[in-house]
Amino acid sequence: MYLDHAATTTMRPEAIAVLDDAFARFDGNASGIHSEARRAKNALEEARERAAALVGAERPHDVIFVGSGTESDNLAVMGGAFASGRKTVAVSPIEHKAVIGSAHALKRFGFSVVELGVTRDGVVALPVDVLASAGTLALVSLMLVNNEIGTIQPVADLAAEIKASDSKVLIHTDAVQAFNSEDVSLMSTGADLLTLASHKVGGPKGVGLLALAPGVRVDPIIHGGGQEAGRRAGTHNVAGVLAMVAAMQASHGDRERFSSAISAERDAFEKAIIAGLPTAVVTAHQSKRVPHISHIRFPGVLAETLLIRLDQAGISASAGSACQSGAVEPSHVLDAVGFTTEASGECIRFSFGWDSPPGVGAIAAVTVLSVIGVS
Amino acid sequence: MRALVAMSGGVDSSVAAALMIEQGLDVIGVTLKQWEAADGSMPVAGCCTLSDAEDARRVAAQLDIPYYVLDYVEEFTAAVVEPFAEGYLNGLTPNPCIECNRRVRFSALLDRTKELDCDILVTGHHARVEDHDGVFRLRTAVDGSKDQSYVLHMLDQFALSKIRLPVGEITKSDVRAKAAEMGLRTASKPDSQDICFVTSGDYRDFLAQRHPEVAAPGDILDVNGDVIGEHKGTAGFTIGQRKGIGVAVGSARYVVDIAPRAQTITIGTYRDLLTDRCLVDEMSFTDLAPPSGETVGVKIRYRSDPVAATIVGTGDRWEFRFDDPQARPAPGQSLVMYDGEFVLGGGIVVDDRSPAHSVQ
Repeated sequence: MYLDHAATTTMRPEAIAVLDDAFARFDGNASGIHSEARRAKNALEEARERAAALVGAERPHDVIFVGSGTESDNLAVMGGAFASGRKTVAVSPIEHKAVIGSAHALKRFGFSVVELGVTRDGVVALPVDVLASAGTLALVSLMLVNNEIGTIQPVADLAAEIKASDSKVLIHTDAVQAFNSEDVSLMSTGADLLTLASHKVGGPKGVGLLALAPGVRVDPIIHGGGQEAGRRAGTHNVAGVLAMVAAMQASHGDRERFSSAISAERDAFEKAIIAGLPTAVVTAHQSKRVPHISHIRFPGVLAETLLIRLDQAGISASAGSACQSGAVEPSHVLDAVGFTTEASGECIRFSFGWDSPPGVGAIAAVTVLSVIGVS
Repeated sequence: MRALVAMSGGVDSSVAAALMIEQGLDVIGVTLKQWEAADGSMPVAGCCTLSDAEDARRVAAQLDIPYYVLDYVEEFTAAVVEPFAEGYLNGLTPNPCIECNRRVRFSALLDRTKELDCDILVTGHHARVEDHDGVFRLRTAVDGSKDQSYVLHMLDQFALSKIRLPVGEITKSDVRAKAAEMGLRTASKPDSQDICFVTSGDYRDFLAQRHPEVAAPGDILDVNGDVIGEHKGTAGFTIGQRKGIGVAVGSARYVVDIAPRAQTITIGTYRDLLTDRCLVDEMSFTDLAPPSGETVGVKIRYRSDPVAATIVGTGDRWEFRFDDPQARPAPGQSLVMYDGEFVLGGGIVVDDRSPAHSVQ
């Protein structure tokens, strides 16, 4: 049973079909002047139009195709800060490492970084209005859905609050985990910059996008041939972009079914776990959460070995964030929402996906409980 | 039967895993991540590096076994790295690999063996474990030149009953041949030498960062206490060292004392270094403790042969009397007792500079 869809989800058949077709038909370099190039360029721009519509970008030009969600975060935070002319960025402590890492990289360019506070429910507490009113704040990055615990951040409210103090502050939101179930658009989030990753919505790995609100500029962080209107150099991954947009379309059309069906699986899963093991605690269960992520603490059970035992029993799940060696490391997100190191080492993230079969929640719970030894 | 194989990314543990599979066992491979750089990344030099974990992972993939990396950074830092640095501050020459085996590695791995429903723990050490009618004995490796029984002396009956050391039964060249025959990518990988947490330069630089006083220059004294030269930091020295002292006095001189807090070292002749006894702390035994009065073989350095010594004290602190005077072992190193090829146990050499016992 694959319960690690938040790490990467199954490719949607629509995306696979497009990939196969695109590799054959759009083999040209989209930046060339000949017929092959024009064909590829045309397909790419059509995809850009569809992507812009899906994320509520006013013009297709406001969608920048990049190589990953991580690259999109880097371009938003660094490129947005560079273009703003101001010298401070603020990030929430539960952001993805791509955002936190980018913010810290800005220090080398003379920026200061403000780390915002966060409540136990994973909602950012704002001292930003103070900063914003000082007129020095370039950008605030606020994750729409946290990738570890699945909480939904009220980005629109926070964005409105910040903009009320200073309309020039850029709001970036990493919406990578939100797209399958939430209304993700520049308007609904109030964001100026919005990040998506292909492989989280059923597209191939190695593609992502950054959508911009009207008039928002980013300076390039990858330099070269001037592709993407000078904002992201590098030969276009035409097939990848087409497949990502096909997956986004499929995911968008599947949103309602996904939300109700996957919520039902998740609820059945959590209910069965708690019934079998009353000491287990679902993280942020009273908060607004996306349907596909279930983050559970099993007190007294070491997550590191439980994950291995689950793997042996055929359940793929995850904990914390895997470091480059593959070891499970303490989670900076759990640390930020007030977990002790011990508690954080007892947590596992189970995540469902668009192709999770009906009944998987209940079946998975039985296996998890038996692996823990309480069946 | 299911085996947990500790894979370091070297050729020995790769072959150990392969041999277990050949014997029909279910095998799970694990690597303990013990050390990381300040930014959380794994070291790129030393023995427990990122590329070693990658090698282990790829060998596991080649053997088609599950493989995991377990995080032991915190335990390792507390139990091995800090005491290592602290030891130098006290004039000791610690052996971090032995301290890791004693305090972290085997207890962690044996815990995981149980938690992951494995029956045995397998490592790639060159030594043998033999079942003598229910008594498990730790024996030197078939390949004497690669024997690692010294660093395993702390294993007790419970540990030995769970541990298998398949490569100790064959020579190193057979290990490499086996790896080559199976096409394992680690077949010709060189043996690791470095201390795993010293990632750049040598251990002196590492110590200098943690405890600058052991890297500060100071006086070199003779046995009468007269200053005869200057050194570049006490961490650069170990008891018994002859080379690289930096003082020329005609005949050979050896380090006979290190005083890190006074920042001095004392040098003397080989005779000044000789002692007929050795005090040892933290003794442990593979089975029953040998009685006082018994003569055993004792290895006081990793790469030297055992010498005969008689046990003369067996309290909290054991005392051994050498049959023939020996160059004083460096405090912090291990003394390991042997009965022929069998390991009886061992402990940590403590400072012993009572003049009554030095051979004049």
